[in-house]
Amino acid sequence: MRDVLLVLAVFLACAVEAVEALTIVLAVGVSRGWRSAVQGVAVGLLALAVIVAALGPALSFVPLGALRLVVGGLLLIFGLGWLRKAILRASGFKALHDEDAIYARELVAARRAGRTSRAAVDDWYAFTLSFKGVLLEGLEVVFIVVTFGSNQGSVPLAVLGAGTAVVAVTVAGIAVRGPLARVPENTLKFAVGVLLTSFGTFWGAEGAGAHWPGADTALLGVIAFVAITALLFVALLRRVHRRGVPGSVPAAEPIEVL
Amino acid sequence: MGALGRWLRSFGAFWWDFIVGDDWRVAVGVVAALAGTAGLAAARVPAWWFLPVTVLVLLGMSLRRAIRDAGTR
Repeated sequence: MRDVLLVLAVFLACAVEAVEALTIVLAVGVSRGWRSAVQGVAVGLLALAVIVAALGPALSFVPLGALRLVVGGLLLIFGLGWLRKAILRASGFKALHDEDAIYARELVAARRAGRTSRAAVDDWYAFTLSFKGVLLEGLEVVFIVVTFGSNQGSVPLAVLGAGTAVVAVTVAGIAVRGPLARVPENTLKFAVGVLLTSFGTFWGAEGAGAHWPGADTALLGVIAFVAITALLFVALLRRVHRRGVPGSVPAAEPIEVL
Repeated sequence: MGALGRWLRSFGAFWWDFIVGDDWRVAVGVVAALAGTAGLAAARVPAWWFLPVTVLVLLGMSLRRAIRDAGTR
């Protein structure tokens, strides 16, 4: 059961980040040509793979209790950050992540930039923008892959979840030939936030020496608790938003219970 | 400030933003909650409930701050 949740969490987190990276790479490729953009993507993915290959085995030497305490704490901080943003977007207190607008902005910037070539790269601007897009969006996924995989003793399974998401988003991007603006990004971020917060709570408490009633099955209870709490916050903040608060924006797509 | 200083500053800022994010109080609260859980467990008191309750409180307080900031912008 934990393995299924592991793959699901990594798949969803990676899909969200891959959608955002795809927007940048598409804008670069369309405006400046694909050769250097693809080179940037390839080097970015290679750098991420090297980080996973280096950190994964290294973390296996850390005692499990200490690993769960540290990883649980970090996942909690990350998860609460994702949840906070998703709840604020769903209730109208934060603007939506608009892939179409970001794509248009990147397109204009890419067309204005000058062209220089270095070593085997024809267009350095296209290369670095694609590279940075993939590396920065992928760094959080790498952290999730390495920490989830190490805690479960199955880094390859986590890599499988991430890889499947990258392939799915890439195929969808090629099919649509544009940014994936229709992906319910905020709902995905909400789900990722719930899973990261739940795993963080579960592992953090175990690492601190607590014992969950029902052992592993308590994880399902934690997920339900976090999801219901977050949905209640969305409902509550939507009511506050309807009463009108200066600085608020239109609400995001409704959060659907997965 | 030299080039190395600027690089160190931006390097530190990147990792601060990556790990701590928008609300540093959440990070501090999580560390305190883990310490509280460890304290309860060391005292042989059931400790599993402490972290979920703290998560609820931390999320609520962080959202409240975000809305207050949106209202005062």
